[in-house]
Amino acid sequence: MRNLFRLILRYHYIFLFVFLEVFSLSLVVSYNNYQQAKFLTSSNGISGYFFENFAGIFQVFDLKKANTELAEENAQLRTALQHYQLRSSNNSLQSIQAERNPLITMTRDSLNKIVYFFTTARVINNSVNQRHNFLTLNKGRYQGVKTNMGVVSAGRVVGLVTDVGDNYCSVISILNERWKLSAKIKRNDFFGSLSWNGQNYRKVQLNEIPYHVPVENGDTVVTTGFSSSFPEGLEIGIVTDYSIGSGSNFYKIDVQLAVDFRSIVQVALVENRQIKEINKLESLNNDGK
Amino acid sequence: MVNNLLKYSLIFVVAVLLQVLVLNRILIFRMISPYFYLIFLLLLPYDTPRALLISLGFVLGLSIDAFTNTLGVHTAVCVLIGFIRPGILNKISTRETRESVSAPRISTMSVNWFIGYTAIFVTIHHLLLFMLEAFTFQGILFTLARAVLSGILSVALIVISQFLFFRK
Repeated sequence: MRNLFRLILRYHYIFLFVFLEVFSLSLVVSYNNYQQAKFLTSSNGISGYFFENFAGIFQVFDLKKANTELAEENAQLRTALQHYQLRSSNNSLQSIQAERNPLITMTRDSLNKIVYFFTTARVINNSVNQRHNFLTLNKGRYQGVKTNMGVVSAGRVVGLVTDVGDNYCSVISILNERWKLSAKIKRNDFFGSLSWNGQNYRKVQLNEIPYHVPVENGDTVVTTGFSSSFPEGLEIGIVTDYSIGSGSNFYKIDVQLAVDFRSIVQVALVENRQIKEINKLESLNNDGK
Repeated sequence: MVNNLLKYSLIFVVAVLLQVLVLNRILIFRMISPYFYLIFLLLLPYDTPRALLISLGFVLGLSIDAFTNTLGVHTAVCVLIGFIRPGILNKISTRETRESVSAPRISTMSVNWFIGYTAIFVTIHHLLLFMLEAFTFQGILFTLARAVLSGILSVALIVISQFLFFRK
């Protein structure tokens, strides 16, 4: 027994090393599914504080202020415009506006209720240099942010809220290998899954589009309505290259992102007001299985 | 003792904040991004207890991970670096230097020695880090290229910082 203690005492650092290494590797493995791990993310108060105070150095002060006001106004206008359109009986006017801004028609349900609400937030931290990039925004639980809210910049997809702190939230960016988003080609409505291969921060890959579908460079890729986080038809990017993988029935399509992730300052959070109903319905379906 | 505690706490905070607030924004040629924060583990005194080295590696890695949403990745690599540091230092330096000089610095060792010392640890750190981050062997060449090129930049930054801040 004494020898055992002596052994442990002599090699205590090896035990410590094995313990900490196993612990951290298990964190890596469990974190590989971003939805599971909700522990120590950049939405915590300390990192949020540093990011928030430091973000200002990169964003010129006046520009920042003007930007915020504009975006705020934009969000209000978008909501107001929807109200206006509901009352409007002039169909031709409605269709002209819809053509200009796809957000407006996509955000209503058949009862003419407003489904999607937009609020603004400022990006206080952002990266493009990793395989798994996240953004941190300066709004959190106290400001009404919830997980799985969509994040858009000027009507283009940026990411999804994964973790909410009191005053900050973490957003998984499209530039993250762990996130897949369903997307379709606007011209012909064929959908596939969009993901990033971790190489070029300007380009993501659209997979699972079958070979028989006509695809051309310059085709616009937009969101489908399958995810309750985004309205249907939000712009994601433009097809710049496509090829048929060897031994595969699907195209490999490169999509140039509409958003430049290096210069995002202001974003809008999308809230789906019918999410409860959707979740309830979907859980009913799952129970039935 | 208290002096050392203050000094190394300061190095820790500066290294972490510099990394997460400034250096994490750097991306050159779409693949090079430096990891400078490792300097904290490199500069610790020779006689730092092994258990303390490993624990400090853990805390350092966890701090970086908390800012970058990469929970576990930096932690695992830094714990390993803390574990292997004494063994490698024993190989590349003599007992006399370790006893006469308190900590590895460019001012007390030769420039070549310090570059070699930094390069060894940065290489191990970056290779493991980028592989663990990718978590796949798909596109391994791209991952290795990223690790090596980023490593060169990291070594350069660490050595330059020695000339700037730790010169006596």
